[in-house]
Amino acid sequence: MAESSVSHSHDAHGHTDDTKLWDGGAEPMKASYGKLMMWYFLLSDAFTFAGFLIAYGALRFSMPTWPEPDFVFASFPFVHAHWPLIFVTFMTFVLIFSSVTMVRAVQEGHRENQRGVVFWMLLTVIGGATFLGCQAYEWTTLIVKENMSVSRNPFGRHIADGVYLNADGSESATFKKNDSYLLHIHDGKVEGLAYNNADGHSVNHEGTALRYTSGPNAGRTAEAEFGPKAFGALFFFITGFHGFHVFSGVLFLTIIMLNAAGGLYAARRNGYEMVEKIGLYWHFVDLVWVFVFLVFYLL
Amino acid sequence: MAGHLSYDDQKKLVFKGLMLLGAITIVEVIIALLAKGHLIHGVDFKHGFGHYLYMALMIGFSLYKAYFIIFYFMHMAYEVRGLMLSVLLPTSLLVWAIIAFFQEGGAWGARREQIKEMNEAPASNQSSGKPTGYVVPAGGWISRS
Repeated sequence: MAESSVSHSHDAHGHTDDTKLWDGGAEPMKASYGKLMMWYFLLSDAFTFAGFLIAYGALRFSMPTWPEPDFVFASFPFVHAHWPLIFVTFMTFVLIFSSVTMVRAVQEGHRENQRGVVFWMLLTVIGGATFLGCQAYEWTTLIVKENMSVSRNPFGRHIADGVYLNADGSESATFKKNDSYLLHIHDGKVEGLAYNNADGHSVNHEGTALRYTSGPNAGRTAEAEFGPKAFGALFFFITGFHGFHVFSGVLFLTIIMLNAAGGLYAARRNGYEMVEKIGLYWHFVDLVWVFVFLVFYLL
Repeated sequence: MAGHLSYDDQKKLVFKGLMLLGAITIVEVIIALLAKGHLIHGVDFKHGFGHYLYMALMIGFSLYKAYFIIFYFMHMAYEVRGLMLSVLLPTSLLVWAIIAFFQEGGAWGARREQIKEMNEAPASNQSSGKPTGYVVPAGGWISRS
C-alpha cells in the first residue's frame, strides 16, 4: 500500500515510471496485467477441476462396480424412450456455439465495432443461459424422477450373471454381469427396479429379489443394492461446480455487455480488452466441459 | 493477439473451429454409442483391446479439442512463447497426479476384500499389545495438576 502511494506521488528519486509499470505499461510477456492474471487464474482453476476429475477416476477404480453413463444419462425432454447421451451432446453443442459467438465478439472488439461486440455477446449470454436451463432439466430428472442425491445412488450394476425373481419366488428375466438397473424408490422405500432388455427397452420389475447363477455367490438369492454413492456426490459436485462457473460467466458477460453498450470500453480505445478477458474465461468454461463430458459421459 | 490474420481470415478460422469442434463431438458420440452396443445389435467394445482402443480414442479427441480451444479460440498460438510455456508447462504436473491417484484407487479396489476381512476380524487381533510408534507419557497425554 505504501509503495503504491509513493509511486503515484512522483517522489524525489524520480521513479515516475513506476506508475506506468503498475498500470501494465511495461508488459513482461506482451500481455497486459489483466490478461496475464486471467491466464494464471485459469491455470489455477484448471488444477481445481483436474483435482475433482482425478478424484472421480480414483474412486471409480476403487469400486467393484460403477454406473454406466449411457444408462444413467438417457433422458430427453418430452421423449419417453431411452436416448443415451443425446441430451448431453446437445448441451455440448450449446457451449460450442456460445464459444464461437464469444470469439466473434472479441474480434469485433479489436475492430472497435461497438454494435458487433454487443450483438455477439448477447448471443453468448443466451447460449450460456440455455446451457444452464439444460443442466436444470438434467438435475431435476435425476433428483425428482430417479431419486439420486449426494448420498444416494439408485443406479447399480450386477456383479455376476443371474436371474430376477418374482414375488412368489418364480424366475423372471435373466441378467448378465455388468448389466445396469435403476432402483425405484417410493416414499423412501425401494419398491422395484428398472432395467433395459435386449432390445434396449426399459422394463419395470416388482421387488428387487434376484438369484446369482455365476461367480462366488452362484445359487444364492440376494437383493439388488444401491450403486456406489460416491457417484451421486461426484456428479452433483463436479457438474455443479462447472455450472457455477457458467452461471458466474453469464453474470459477468451480461455486465460487460451492458458496459460495452454504454460506450465504456469504446472510450478506453484499447480494443475492448475487457471483452477479451471475459472471453478467455468463457472459453475456459467450454474447455472444462470437454473434460467433464469425457469423464462423466464418454468413458 | 490475432493481429497476424486479416479480418476475413479470422472469420474463416471461427467457422473452421465451429465445424471442427462440432464434427469431433458428433464422431465421439457415434463411436461411444457404437462402443457401448447401442448402434449395431450385438456389437460393442466393452472388453479387452477394443475397450482400451475406445478409451484412447476418446481421450485423444478430447485433448485435440482442448488444444484447438486454447490455441485458436483463446489465441495462445499468437502469444509469446514465455506466456505459453508458463501456462502450459505447470499442467504437466497433472501427469503424475493421474498416475499416482489412479494407482491408489486401483490398489484400494484390489484390496477391498482384505480390508473387509480385517475390519470384521475379532477385536483382539486388531489391538494386540501396546500401540507402537509413540510412547504414551505417564499420566496420559493431558497433564492434570
